[in-house]
Amino acid sequence: LQLDFWLAPRGLGQPVDIRVPFPSLQSLKAHLESNGISYSIMIEDVQTLVDHEQMEMLRGRRGLPLSTNTFDYATYHSLDEIYAFMDLLVAENPNLVSKLEIGRSTEDRPLYVLKFSKGGTNRPAIWIDTGIHSREWVTQASGVWFAKKIVQDHENNEGVASILDKMDIFLEIVTNPDGFVFTQTRNRMWRKTRSRRPGSVCIGVDPNRNWDAGFGGPGSSGNACSETYHGPYANSEPEVKSIVDFVKSHGNIKAFISIHSYSQLLLYPYGYTTTPVPDEKELHEISEKAVAALSSLYGTNYKYGSIITTIYRASGGTIDWTYNQGIKYSFTFELRDTGRYGFLLPAKEIVPTAQETWLALKVIMQHTLDHPY
Amino acid sequence: AAMEVPLSHGLASRAAALATGYLCYRRGSPGRGLALRSLRRARRQDIDDVGHKYYLELELEDVLDKDSTVNCTAEVLYHLGNKNIPPDVQFTLDGELKNTDEADNIFYNRIKSLEKELVAENIPDSHGNVPPEMEPIRLLAWVASGYVIWQNSTENTKFQLAQIKHVKQVKRSDEYLEFDYMILLHDMVSQEIIPWQMTVLWHPQHGVQVTQDSRQPKHVSG
Repeated sequence: LQLDFWLAPRGLGQPVDIRVPFPSLQSLKAHLESNGISYSIMIEDVQTLVDHEQMEMLRGRRGLPLSTNTFDYATYHSLDEIYAFMDLLVAENPNLVSKLEIGRSTEDRPLYVLKFSKGGTNRPAIWIDTGIHSREWVTQASGVWFAKKIVQDHENNEGVASILDKMDIFLEIVTNPDGFVFTQTRNRMWRKTRSRRPGSVCIGVDPNRNWDAGFGGPGSSGNACSETYHGPYANSEPEVKSIVDFVKSHGNIKAFISIHSYSQLLLYPYGYTTTPVPDEKELHEISEKAVAALSSLYGTNYKYGSIITTIYRASGGTIDWTYNQGIKYSFTFELRDTGRYGFLLPAKEIVPTAQETWLALKVIMQHTLDHPY
Repeated sequence: AAMEVPLSHGLASRAAALATGYLCYRRGSPGRGLALRSLRRARRQDIDDVGHKYYLELELEDVLDKDSTVNCTAEVLYHLGNKNIPPDVQFTLDGELKNTDEADNIFYNRIKSLEKELVAENIPDSHGNVPPEMEPIRLLAWVASGYVIWQNSTENTKFQLAQIKHVKQVKRSDEYLEFDYMILLHDMVSQEIIPWQMTVLWHPQHGVQVTQDSRQPKHVSG
């Protein structure tokens, strides 16, 4: 029968484990049953297990996680790893998560957005982006964590179940992939895109000064070598234009949250003018609640207010444009820390930062759900 | 008359950052770095023909022991005009700072007994890691950068030490330790990363001195 004993006979009354080649299966079963020997099947098909293990070993050698459950959220990842994570998440949750390509970067990298939806058509939606400034690494890392969190909590009433019952969530994790790769290969402090302009040796446009809201005004620079260079014209950067096109064609985005680091701030429009937004009172109240929720977890201190009073005048900024498009609940976060490590936030702070920020995001999302407009 | 400034206001946080940098320079060592825990109160006064004066109440924490905090009042005067005069800063600490003699002496003796001059780069590294034996070197830079920050601050800047790109010990025949640092400063307002060279002297009994410093040209494409 060519039986292969994995646990050999040791004595009367002791169990044995046997691997049975398929052709011998029926004979062995008949023999055991006719002799009154009880048996149970521990592994239905050893070959399947061997194949799976083979695959795991190959992936392990390449360092790729096998599932979003084995992905290490407490470390910084490369662009390839984050893009692979997205594909895993979609594959594991095809009824909830899909991946959209909304454009391509200057260096022709795909710009991916994850869509979390329980159905419907063009439901009112929440947009979250991380990593628009490439050196702000805790933001892309938090975006990865948020993606997993939405999946984990989508049926949970303490989570986002009620939000996803009525609304979709869009999440762009690496909003500036060219810059991100540059921070990993050449210059950890790179902020801007990587677009080139004829006649200048300096590269890149500040993607948070390139939007069509007070474009080119004070609070941005016309010098291509500056970190806040607004670019030759609004939406010159494909990273920005792709979001503009997406928002306009979707037409039903109700909350827009753009995530940066560092400073521990929650900000609402405007940055380009001292004129308060008409909804200032409401946005201020939401901010107060969101910050209280954030602080409740680890005691992290946040300040909040409009961009122009809380940090500085900034023109051509993302949420000034989205607000002027009619997306009332437009916010920007500046995550940990306040300067001790700054952009170089230790990896062990990724998960606590993401956890506390998520509490604030839920406040904003819940408010958006409860106050349709 | 001095007017209250909302604690979340950008101007208040810039003045607080400057005061903290100055204070850290005056009181810091490789065994003690001070950081701003919270701004409690800020008032601002416009003084004709002189400048803008801020009255601040701060809570500072020891970066090596977050539970160790001290309250502080500070006055920051930004001078009018383009005279390149650094702001005036005065402060009063409300309480004692932890004694760091032991840690300072251990570090001092360790460096003094090195056969080869210490050299290091990228502290923290890209992932925020600082090897434990480099922590005093990093704190020393943190303290010394307080001087550079103080000397170069205006109401329109908010500097933080972003990274030590390179540090090299310079052997001396006297009792002082000398380090030549190339640091990166981050200005939150302009978002610029500014390379800065500074020569730092230290002795446990004589505090931290920046004997030479100069702004470096920025790398153009990255």
